Amino acid sequence: MTPAPGIDEVSGRIRGTDPAEIEVKGLWKYFGHFPALRGLDLRLGAGRFLTVFGPNGAGKTTLIRVLSTQLIPSEGCVRIGSVDVDTDTTALRRRIGVISHNTFLYSNLSAVENLRFYGRMYGLEDLDTRIGDLLVQVGLKDRQEDLVAAYSRGMQQRLSIARALLHDPDIMFLDEPYTGLDQHASRMLREVLDTLHTGERTLMLTTHNLQQGLEMCDEVAIQVDGRLVYQEEVSRIDQAEFRNTYFECVGKGGGWVS
Amino acid sequence: MGFLTRIWAIAWKDILAELRAREMVLSMFLFGFLVILIFNFGIEPGLREMNLVRPGVFWSAFIFAGMLGLNRSFAGEKENDCLQGLLLCPVDRAEIYVGKFLANCVFTIVMGFFVFIFFAALYNVDVLAVGFPLAVIVVLAAVGFSSVGTLFAAVSVGLKARDVLLAILLFPVMVPVILAAAKSSGVVLDGSGLGSAGLWLGLLLVYDVVFFSISVVTFEYVVEE
Repeated sequence: MTPAPGIDEVSGRIRGTDPAEIEVKGLWKYFGHFPALRGLDLRLGAGRFLTVFGPNGAGKTTLIRVLSTQLIPSEGCVRIGSVDVDTDTTALRRRIGVISHNTFLYSNLSAVENLRFYGRMYGLEDLDTRIGDLLVQVGLKDRQEDLVAAYSRGMQQRLSIARALLHDPDIMFLDEPYTGLDQHASRMLREVLDTLHTGERTLMLTTHNLQQGLEMCDEVAIQVDGRLVYQEEVSRIDQAEFRNTYFECVGKGGGWVS
Repeated sequence: MGFLTRIWAIAWKDILAELRAREMVLSMFLFGFLVILIFNFGIEPGLREMNLVRPGVFWSAFIFAGMLGLNRSFAGEKENDCLQGLLLCPVDRAEIYVGKFLANCVFTIVMGFFVFIFFAALYNVDVLAVGFPLAVIVVLAAVGFSSVGTLFAAVSVGLKARDVLLAILLFPVMVPVILAAAKSSGVVLDGSGLGSAGLWLGLLLVYDVVFFSISVVTFEYVVEE
């Protein structure tokens, strides 16, 4: 089988790069005839935390869904942990956790029942201990037997975090996780994210909230019209200047900003 | 045996959610009862050809009520985008299909049981005499109905007109099941044993095996994207 363009036949890596946890080269994703991603390139090192900013319709959710194996790329190369996403998808799914604005929780099941269900899907052992620890971590131990339908939006999102952490993934995708959260719930989510950002997990967050996005990450990127037009280390940017850069990128709607 | 645990977890999750909500099964029962009741008003009492009519009444109620259940079987997965959460798990898509199929099959069989009790009361059916053979037919029909129905419910779940589309897709494919079930239950209701309906039961069995196998294989292509 002929390797994808830009891929080294021997190492299987994208040519001219160092090993990275997430490598995306020339990624296109079409919905019908509409390209939601247009030749997107991205590199993110293991243990790094990248925040991707972008306006509505920039393709951030589509990018997360492709990287987390929910969508199949139309064109291009996507490798996670040096594995091509379409070669060993099931094994890759064991390493990936996703927190989205949708919680993936069943309303007519309790918190414990939801976590037990997902734990069985991942084939986890000693599940009850793991569930108990996570419910303490997200502050829902006292309400663990309540149906999710009776939870507030913030509580559902906290349970969604527990669900995503259940199998202890080393790569986490966070798609607008702050959506619909009040200040208390946002602070709690922020605290949980801080505990995750230990250098052992690779994290990728999408948001259009500049302040929340800049607080925790190692790198920032700006996505406009299905492409990344800017990527930089947070330590090398001035936050006030970055705001100007962001609005410049969004206004230009496409070209790379140096 | 991990796959059996996962299949059971998916089926039990649906059954438990339904036991709590009682939305799907209750509406299936009510609809089935209504169909049987309306036919009862429409058919002349003491009709000599009642034996020819009775299987049609029961299977109309069964299929229409079952359709309601299928329409809702993936609705719960759409709420909070649970289907995506399920697809993110390292689980073979065939296991997801079999889990959903099992739950649908249980709901359909339970609905069939209660509808039959109501049908027997209104149409003078000797439950003790025909109960077991009819139960066999109901189970075989429920397996065929749920195997194709689960697949088509997954196809139509993301669409606005999913109720109509599911009916349009499913009814033509269900013709062999409806035909075989009606013919074999007609034989049983006439007082003959299951052996006399061997040909029709064989058709049901073959349909179940063939369409279950096809659905297991094709489900992956339906739910991926």
